[in-house]
Amino acid sequence: MTGEPISESSDISRLIGDLSADLKPVRRLAPPWLRAVYWLVAVLGLALVLIAIRIVFNWNGAAEVDPYVIPGALASGITAFLAAFAAFELSLPDRSSAWALLPLPAFAVWVAINGLGCVASLANPAVQSDVPQFFTCLAIIFALSIPLSAATIMMVRRARPLRPLPVAILGGLAASAAGATLLLLVHPHDSAVLDLCSHTLAVLVVVGINALIGGRLFVPANNFRRRA
Amino acid sequence: MVFFGVAVAGRGDVPERRNSTSFQRHEWSIGSTVRMDFARLPAMVHRSMAPSAHSDAFAAERAAVDRRLTAAMAAAQGGDRTAYETVLRDCVPIVRRVARAQGADANSVDDVVQDVLITLHGARASYDPSRSFVAWLTAITQRRAIDLLRKQTRRGAREVHAPLAVETHAGEGNPEADAALSSEARRLRAAVAALPEGQREAVETLALEENSLEDASKRTGRTKSALKVNLHRAIKTLRTRMGGVEADGEVP
Repeated sequence: MTGEPISESSDISRLIGDLSADLKPVRRLAPPWLRAVYWLVAVLGLALVLIAIRIVFNWNGAAEVDPYVIPGALASGITAFLAAFAAFELSLPDRSSAWALLPLPAFAVWVAINGLGCVASLANPAVQSDVPQFFTCLAIIFALSIPLSAATIMMVRRARPLRPLPVAILGGLAASAAGATLLLLVHPHDSAVLDLCSHTLAVLVVVGINALIGGRLFVPANNFRRRA
Repeated sequence: MVFFGVAVAGRGDVPERRNSTSFQRHEWSIGSTVRMDFARLPAMVHRSMAPSAHSDAFAAERAAVDRRLTAAMAAAQGGDRTAYETVLRDCVPIVRRVARAQGADANSVDDVVQDVLITLHGARASYDPSRSFVAWLTAITQRRAIDLLRKQTRRGAREVHAPLAVETHAGEGNPEADAALSSEARRLRAAVAALPEGQREAVETLALEENSLEDASKRTGRTKSALKVNLHRAIKTLRTRMGGVEADGEVP
């Protein structure tokens, strides 16, 4: 053990004075699990809006749903929730980086179900991929991911994350997986190769955009600068 | 110099540390407002005590300090300025220790301290008083220190190096050397202009205008020691930017 003189430079002393003078009471952030629940409530709110749209447009859905679609949607829904939870955990500085692994098992299951569905569809001549459906799926997932990404960024930003990139990637995964789940409510699809390609592409693009933009948005304007 | 703080060695509470040998042990010293506790420490840590008793005493003392800082931070979240100032001041020695453990050199440590204090201020709503404040602070410091070191490495790699000595020893009357000298002078001027305000001020008043420390202090309103520190940092920065060659005896 070694002692050292504890002396603050005048810059640090002045900074401490400035920061203390700027102090205002703050509302503590809710624990990550509760924030993840709030996020889930927002997703469910969006689901209700989609159901309302479906009722208004009197769409009764596909007569026959591909057996892989419902398990796939469940897996993507669980992936979305766990990714959001992990993002809220990682947004706090003293939480383990291992939280980033939390959504991976569900994500692997989602990918596996999609893969199985894809193989089954290749063997089934009744399932046909069509290009317009590919773009419709893509557009809907993007459209749903935008408000979900915005909500995630706004919620995560309050914690001022010090690990912006993994948080942004997890936020993007949460938003795109939730978008892929909600797609089931408004757009009939099956496990055809093109449908799955559209989902994969949408997830990659949304995660990529979040990683590029989200990280920057996580750094709010600061009134204080380091003194030389 | 009076020093009441006692460095405490122990395992940190941040889970990631387990993954890296550099995170295995952390030390921190305790600031002015917790001196009373550490004044009792010599009595607690008697020579006749067994090693395990030593570490128990340190652990207990560290936990007490953590509890106090945690309570003070919780009060600061509610708007208590006195408690907040206490927290910030007591953070400084802890941050310095952790920053050094992360590899920050003596010149960078104060920058890390300032970055951490600013980060802490912005992120104070995210602190959960049911968890260790020191672990939270340590995690912030580690990340800020890494950020600063990365920034320094990037800056070092980006900038062109050329020896300062060229400016001093280039041949006179030689057009090529004059051109080189002029180019180096331009680069040096640009490098000085790009320095942070405090460092630039120190270079201009002390090195370029050759004022005495006292005169420079009066002119700038900074203390002599601040000017000296700023000048030292400025020279180091300029050496790095201009080529890293020592310019012996050129700077008072």
